[in-house]
Amino acid sequence: MAKVIVVTSGKGGVGKTTSTAALGAALAQRNEKTVVVDFDVGLRNLDLVMGAERRVVYDLVNVIQGDAKLPQALIRDKRLDTLFLLPASQTRDKDSLTPEGVEKVMAELKKHFDWIICDSPAGIERGATLAMRHADIAVIVTNPEVSSVRDSDRIIGLLDAKTERAERGERVEKHLLLTRYDQARAERGDMLKVDDVLEILSIPLVGIVPESTDVLKASNLGAPVTLADSKSAPALAYLDAARRIAGETVPMTIPGEKRGFLGKLFGRRAA
Amino acid sequence: MTKVLTDTRSIRIKGRSFLALVLSPEPPLDAWLTRLDDLASRSAGFFLGRPVVLDVADLEIDRAGLKKLIDELGQRNVRIMGIEGGRPSLFEPGMPPAMKGGRPAPDIEIPAETTAEPVGAAPAKAAVPIVQVEPQATRAISSIVIREPVRSGQSVIFPEGDVTVVGSVASGAEIIAGGSVHIYGTLRGRALAGSVGNASARIFCRRLEAELLAIDGVYKTAEDMAPNLRGQAVQLWLEGDSIMAERLN
Repeated sequence: MAKVIVVTSGKGGVGKTTSTAALGAALAQRNEKTVVVDFDVGLRNLDLVMGAERRVVYDLVNVIQGDAKLPQALIRDKRLDTLFLLPASQTRDKDSLTPEGVEKVMAELKKHFDWIICDSPAGIERGATLAMRHADIAVIVTNPEVSSVRDSDRIIGLLDAKTERAERGERVEKHLLLTRYDQARAERGDMLKVDDVLEILSIPLVGIVPESTDVLKASNLGAPVTLADSKSAPALAYLDAARRIAGETVPMTIPGEKRGFLGKLFGRRAA
Repeated sequence: MTKVLTDTRSIRIKGRSFLALVLSPEPPLDAWLTRLDDLASRSAGFFLGRPVVLDVADLEIDRAGLKKLIDELGQRNVRIMGIEGGRPSLFEPGMPPAMKGGRPAPDIEIPAETTAEPVGAAPAKAAVPIVQVEPQATRAISSIVIREPVRSGQSVIFPEGDVTVVGSVASGAEIIAGGSVHIYGTLRGRALAGSVGNASARIFCRRLEAELLAIDGVYKTAEDMAPNLRGQAVQLWLEGDSIMAERLN
């Protein structure tokens, strides 16, 4: 049974696209057929992070408007046989997405894939609401700072009101993914702590991804961080998060918390 | 600029009571409308030209449902002059006005199946004088309970009475209650109690981090609040024109 995941946040720049690529690759590595869908029509980025920007011929809007068949638009990843990308159009805008068109594409994707991961654009308008519309699971990407937390709270409210599941009287399974977390700065009070964010949003935590240069490095290489260096701290966090989304029980670790006194000193210098 | 009155006679306003037909729809509404159609087919024009009041006191209905019901009745030439027993939140501009204080009168006789009355013939019995003077109490729902967090951007508006939230109210969310506001969680957003003019309404919360508090139109922003109340369990009430606060322990 196919599961639809929406990666969303409300606020921009918190790591939705990075997380979509990383989780997509992590789920595909479990040998489950996975497609990542870019809903950010007009500002597409997922193709860059996936390293597929030179292979885009047809896109989501072409499929919705009937100019191309779905298999023509899907791009298979060169590193993982089970990972696919459905890119967004860069030349159109969000008005090209129609509820009926999106529904048709999602229904067809559900026939062929185990996981469909929708990368939501920032904001709460058409693009974002259509990306979340068919979701079974929502991954809410949040940075440990107040504006990101408040925007995430707004998005959680919309997930409970505007999704297909909500309209059927069911609930979207919601998971908090805390990204760009820096334990040292949280302890100094420069950032919200994990517990503060959890207390405000009151949804279960699926992973804590540490702030790391590995993430930017991987993006610039055009590789999901879980594929670029699967031993790096953010990759490990995403791999664990993917296992939790798939239903496994994995103990939660707060990155940087287990370091001793000396480690903290060095950690601070690095930060 | 002041307008100069050339005619200084005052406007005469009088009271007068009329006997209206009261329709009390019963759920399911589709079936009820079918029965109404059946009545109309037996006696065309039964409601024509008569004042009709819709009684929704015993009907679980929302604003959209009420609007649809009024439209459905309109299509059957039943013109609603007023709505009785409706919660204030049911009404919107353009709807017939809310009516209260109606006094019961003998039931109107509905034409029997066999009698084929001519169009527009009103049973003479409808005009009997009012005998009972006891005012009819309208059933009111006085509180609602919300069992999950109120998220940023959401607003809970309940002019009829108290609002209880079992959970937190996020920054950027608001609770507007005609009565008191009770929050079993952290209040980070706005809470407005006594919004339709109730100076005895209070605000209670388990943890106060509010952006704005208001009781009966008197408000306090986060900046005006005593810093020692932050993060505490607090109750707030109105004394004269100022909001008083006290820790709950």
